[in-house]
Amino acid sequence: MTNGNLPLIWRKFPERYLLQGNRCETCGTCFFPARQVCPNCRRKGKLVQMEMPRQGKIITFTEVFTGPYGFEFETPYFIAIIELSNKARLLSQVVDSPREKIKIGAKVEKVFRKISDIDPEGPIAYGYKFKVVG
Amino acid sequence: MRSVSIIGVGCTSFGEHWQKSLRELVAEAGIQAVLTSGLVGKDIEAIYGGCMASGRFIAQEHIGALLADQLGLNPIPSTRVEAACASGGVALRSGFLSVASGAYDIVAVGGVEKMTEVSTSEAAIALGGAGDQETELFHGASFPALYALMARKHMHDFGTTEEQMALCSVQAHKNGMLNPNSQFHKEISVEEVMHSGYVASPLKLLDCSPITDGAAAVILCETEKARKMGIPAVEIIGAGQASDSLALSGRKSLTEVAATKKAAEIAYKQANLGPKDIDVVELHDCFSIANIMAIEDLGFFKKGEGGKALEQGKTALNSEISVNPSGGLKCGHPVGATGVKQAVEIFEQLLGKAGKRQVKDAKIGLAHNVGGSGATAVVHIMRRL
Repeated sequence: MTNGNLPLIWRKFPERYLLQGNRCETCGTCFFPARQVCPNCRRKGKLVQMEMPRQGKIITFTEVFTGPYGFEFETPYFIAIIELSNKARLLSQVVDSPREKIKIGAKVEKVFRKISDIDPEGPIAYGYKFKVVG
Repeated sequence: MRSVSIIGVGCTSFGEHWQKSLRELVAEAGIQAVLTSGLVGKDIEAIYGGCMASGRFIAQEHIGALLADQLGLNPIPSTRVEAACASGGVALRSGFLSVASGAYDIVAVGGVEKMTEVSTSEAAIALGGAGDQETELFHGASFPALYALMARKHMHDFGTTEEQMALCSVQAHKNGMLNPNSQFHKEISVEEVMHSGYVASPLKLLDCSPITDGAAAVILCETEKARKMGIPAVEIIGAGQASDSLALSGRKSLTEVAATKKAAEIAYKQANLGPKDIDVVELHDCFSIANIMAIEDLGFFKKGEGGKALEQGKTALNSEISVNPSGGLKCGHPVGATGVKQAVEIFEQLLGKAGKRQVKDAKIGLAHNVGGSGATAVVHIMRRL
């Protein structure tokens, strides 16, 4: 599994720990994760590294009752598509939030959490999750 | 481009084939296709085979060569095509292009998946490969969860209900009763779907397609040559394919599959037809919400009105638009085979050979195959030659 691979986990530290993505200075679009080519401007694009804002809102969500491999014992848990305040979107778990507050439009902010530890001998993967605020 | 027609088809029954390996499934469908075309193996110049994840399912790659070998067709070129659950549809389009271009006159297109050799959990890992591993599956998103995210948004934006989604499964199983190759022969009720338990809310177990073994095959032939042979044939008059973000979060809209709209637009334009001209459609209903989005994205109903159309019975067999007479993916979804099986069903429908599930006077058919949560879509439009 890709989750337990040490170089992959190490390589993803900036993205998963700091929400590091990038922004195209030509068209102003923010990308998360970082892109190698701006799909809007292509060769005219100029991508610069940036940390994403930690605040956003829920675009849509689901409560997962049958978890995939590595998440079987975490169920039930919430997954959401979140739009950050700079319009970049990502998929994340929503945690530490009362069930009735997890809804479309709810404001969320980033928290740092353990994501998975599939291989008992391997590294533990950490990264971002989000919680409802307000 | 030259015109291309389907002149022979083959399909195994869909289900849990404990007694057959991938190679036997492929041979069964392939031999049937060659026999119905009236050709002999020697006439076939190349093979395109759709297969999504044989490496994960049976630890076997190099499926292209395996197909040629098992069908006794060495040394013709044989190419595996992979596009997740759209592998079959993309294989069909690859075969279509190879004949349309003039590279070959006759090719075989196959699709296969042997999914029951592994546990359900391992099968889910294999299928997860269709999504974005590093940014979405990593966070605990399963495939039902990705479609559930789209379903929730569709409900929020358009008032689509869980009961309307349940109707997709009810209708699929009803049609499946009439298809001898269906994995299930059991009618279900809206209530049964509603009580089948959430997999990822709002999607329940009976909103999901099953794990299936199966294979399907078609023989493609340059149309003039097919005419001269004088055998019943179905012409492919439009073939569109499109791509989109692998990650669901990268899509511009979560209530449509943009790749489907694009692929359909290309296919309709080639065929010089529109949604109103279609009599029968085999569409990609891997989850109930996929059915609702597809009938909207293919242009049969306005965006947001798919749920209501189902409620009004407009997609039932021999109604406004006959959707999935075969029972669709809910009646078996061997991922690599599905796209080819759809073409087999349309072929039989257009030639009036679909038995009890025959759509009356079906002249124009459409097959719609999707990979993953919508990162690939393929649409083929066909008519009786």
